[in-house]
Amino acid sequence: MATPTPREISTEPRRSDKVFRSVVTAGGLSSLVILGLIALFLGYRGFEVLRQEGIGFITHADWSITTDDAGNVTESHFGLSAMLVGTIMCALVAVVIALPISVFSALFLNFYAPGWLKKFLVAIIDMMAAFPSILFGIWGFLVLMPSVEYWAKLIHRYLGWIPLFDLQVPVFTRSPFVAGVVLAIMIIPIITSVSREVFSQAPLDRIQAAYALGATRWAMIKAVVIPHGRSGVIGGAMLGLGRAMGETVAVFTVLNIVFQINWHVLLGVGGNVASLIILKFGDASPYEIKALMAAGLVLFLLTLVVNAGANAIVKRTGKSGR
Amino acid sequence: MSNTPESENTMETAVRPSSLADVASSHNKVPGTRALGTGLETRGVHAWFGKHHALADINLDFAAGTVTALIGPSGCGKSTFIRTINRMHEFIPGAAMAGEVLLDGKDVYAPGTDVTKIRLQIGMVFQKPNPFPSMSIGENVLSGLKLAQLKVDNKDDLLEECLERAGLWNEVKDRLGAHGGSLSGGQQQRLCIARALAVRPQVLLMDEPCSALDPGSTLRIEETIRHLSDTMTIVIVTHNMQQAARVSDYTAFFLSDGGPGQMIECAPTSDIFSRPQDQRTENYVTGRFG
Amino acid sequence: MSTTVQPTKPWKASTQDRLIDFSIFAGSLLASYLIVEVTPMKGKLALFAVFFLVYMFLTAALKGLQRGNAAAKDALVNSLVAIGAIVTVIPIGSILFTVLQKGLPGIKPSIFTHDMSMATPTDPLTNGGLLHAITGTLTLVALALVMSVPIGILTALYLTEIKGRFIGPIRFLVQAMSGVPSIVAGLFILSAILYPITKSYSGFMGALALTILMIPTIARTSEEVLNLIPNDLREAGVALGGTQWRTVAMIVLPAAKSGLITAVILGVARIAGETAPILLLTGGGDRVNPNAFNGPMGSLPYYIWKSFNAGSPEAITRAWAGLLVLVGLVLILFTSARYLGSRKGAK
Repeated sequence: MATPTPREISTEPRRSDKVFRSVVTAGGLSSLVILGLIALFLGYRGFEVLRQEGIGFITHADWSITTDDAGNVTESHFGLSAMLVGTIMCALVAVVIALPISVFSALFLNFYAPGWLKKFLVAIIDMMAAFPSILFGIWGFLVLMPSVEYWAKLIHRYLGWIPLFDLQVPVFTRSPFVAGVVLAIMIIPIITSVSREVFSQAPLDRIQAAYALGATRWAMIKAVVIPHGRSGVIGGAMLGLGRAMGETVAVFTVLNIVFQINWHVLLGVGGNVASLIILKFGDASPYEIKALMAAGLVLFLLTLVVNAGANAIVKRTGKSGR
Repeated sequence: MSNTPESENTMETAVRPSSLADVASSHNKVPGTRALGTGLETRGVHAWFGKHHALADINLDFAAGTVTALIGPSGCGKSTFIRTINRMHEFIPGAAMAGEVLLDGKDVYAPGTDVTKIRLQIGMVFQKPNPFPSMSIGENVLSGLKLAQLKVDNKDDLLEECLERAGLWNEVKDRLGAHGGSLSGGQQQRLCIARALAVRPQVLLMDEPCSALDPGSTLRIEETIRHLSDTMTIVIVTHNMQQAARVSDYTAFFLSDGGPGQMIECAPTSDIFSRPQDQRTENYVTGRFG
Repeated sequence: MSTTVQPTKPWKASTQDRLIDFSIFAGSLLASYLIVEVTPMKGKLALFAVFFLVYMFLTAALKGLQRGNAAAKDALVNSLVAIGAIVTVIPIGSILFTVLQKGLPGIKPSIFTHDMSMATPTDPLTNGGLLHAITGTLTLVALALVMSVPIGILTALYLTEIKGRFIGPIRFLVQAMSGVPSIVAGLFILSAILYPITKSYSGFMGALALTILMIPTIARTSEEVLNLIPNDLREAGVALGGTQWRTVAMIVLPAAKSGLITAVILGVARIAGETAPILLLTGGGDRVNPNAFNGPMGSLPYYIWKSFNAGSPEAITRAWAGLLVLVGLVLILFTSARYLGSRKGAK
């Protein structure tokens, strides 16, 4: 029997449907338009500064602007490196602290907690994700800082021989470590809920198969749940990293912003790109505003890259998981 | 095609039928004896999902005023076939088809055809009851009119008529404003039938309408189908051979031998169950499925 | 002999097991107390940490002795996941407690009827209030809602109903947009609209930035909700001769209504306390300003920020009171979102 060729199905939608489809498509494309415009405008405004500073914009650490009496800019140096180092360091501290805690609490929620407790905890953890960042900032500054300083001193005393934890001047307040802890508390709900989501997709039949083979709960988790959810958790952590890198108010409140590259997490010197913008915005000259726009562009691209990575990783789990 | 009229169409017997063939022969109708306009035909219908050739060369006539049952094992393309009839097939990404579906002699796939008009003429009842959750019972029945922006003079009469024909009127007449979800599964399915009737389709497609229902509800739906067949053409997909025997005038047997699904045999229902022409049909209807 | 069989639950812990658990608990409490006393480590935090470590190793060792290596590891992880959950919850408790404790003294009826036009943050608490901040926040949120809800839901409809060619890229872009730092959204409005066009601070500028932050939350939650609407309903609508537009408008959206409201509320909760773009764009006035398009507009985050940075004890109390109001607002929004969400599940 000869197989005929498929015929063309001509679906000619009605006019109302054509309008509907184009309106919805236009709405759907808005995210593309907005993101494109953000990159375009920040790039356009910051172009002058970027051209003048060149690669130095991200490799130099000094941020100074000198004006003559008439208010004209005579000399300016804009370098983001201290702030970039600070951004990455605070965010990494946050993820290093938040990741294990989030994974453990996600495991607790999925496999250990009784039903009522799980419901209750999920509700309050989700709610915490909606707390305003200024709340974390002020709470972190007034309430959390003394405890964190205590831990910082302990770490310094016992682990001070590691260069990262070393410091010459014993100034523990307002350090990247403190900021990192505050950020960690902010991103724990995010990583927890992503992890909970991927863990709950672990196939039930394989979980029961593991138990039936005499596995303990931990052995089951190690054999079934972790392999299933690993890349999802990494993706969640990167989402948290992106959030931590872009955080402004909480970091500004807690951190002692100094234009100096500081690799010592415990030392009270640091900064991040977002808080730099808030710090300098208030009394910035038009030229400095352009530098801030350029800094915003750098931050935007940085978070975009991190988010793209997170997205790619989470997507990969989705495929291998089912 | 073996749509030859059956001459020995017997009168109703008082004896309870003992075999499937007896059940079927007890209420056969002769196609073409009722003037309901011309019917529905398919000519060489094929269907694809992407590269997968799901259905090959289906030629069937559905005479007006008859019930045709499509039987066959799972995955043989029965549901795909009825979805090509009212052009629901094309919603699946990668779907393609070949051949013609003729409604009153006009190809429903002809360029320029208004798809929504086709679907008004060919109604459909789905496997699982799916009343619209945001609407009351009454609104559900009349939802087709609103969807297609049709005007009727007396909505109350239409509402009553459709529910009556679907065999649901007595059960719901006092609570037309209640939520559709408050009905039992069988009642919901009859509500869906009433909903399909409200736009006055000429053909009603039913895709395993009873597979999610208990036997009692199934029986009610079957009664409804028999009543409806006086005024419209019905095509029903079913896995239940007793059901096919009870409700249908004609039965078509579909089978896939690993390749695309094919129509093996179509005949008056009593013939399919008593003297099938094809060995495979016999194997299937007698339960010796190979 | 006939006996009635009593139901038992042999998998439940026996009295002996409980006794052992309790003695380990008490023992590790004692041990940790002693350790904290004799070593330089001080304070409740240290006690907590040491107690946890001791408890973890004691239970693990006991299980190890009873049932071997695998059981010991299992017990160790039991303690670890419990501590993970506790450490997650402690900050929430602490934050809520602090906000209540420090904010309540600043809550007086008069603060809901006065603005700060005749007062400075360092004034006694009887002067001025946060009326302008509350009205400002509500105005900002309302404006952001009007702009972001249509765009967010259209985006979700594109992903679930149209399923067009750009479905992959758009899903990614929405995701990427949810990661845009709020300060970048603020800078963008500054560079694209405030500087070249309006040249003045206003509530509307802030609302535009909040819109950018709100769209992805609404779009993603709505997409999830719309995906839960069974495809049967769409098919039934189309099979009844409805066009796609009428099927979506009459069946899909009404069926998803409560879920969509939840999505919107979550979007509001996301932006209600957003501070950074507000600082850049609204100008933060001190008096009630009903016109969002003209003149600086106060808001709760701005009020909190300004009071906190003023630094005096009165100002700090003002900041906490503002935070309490803000958190109350977020809590109300969140609870209603949960309630609506759960009601939908019950249906």
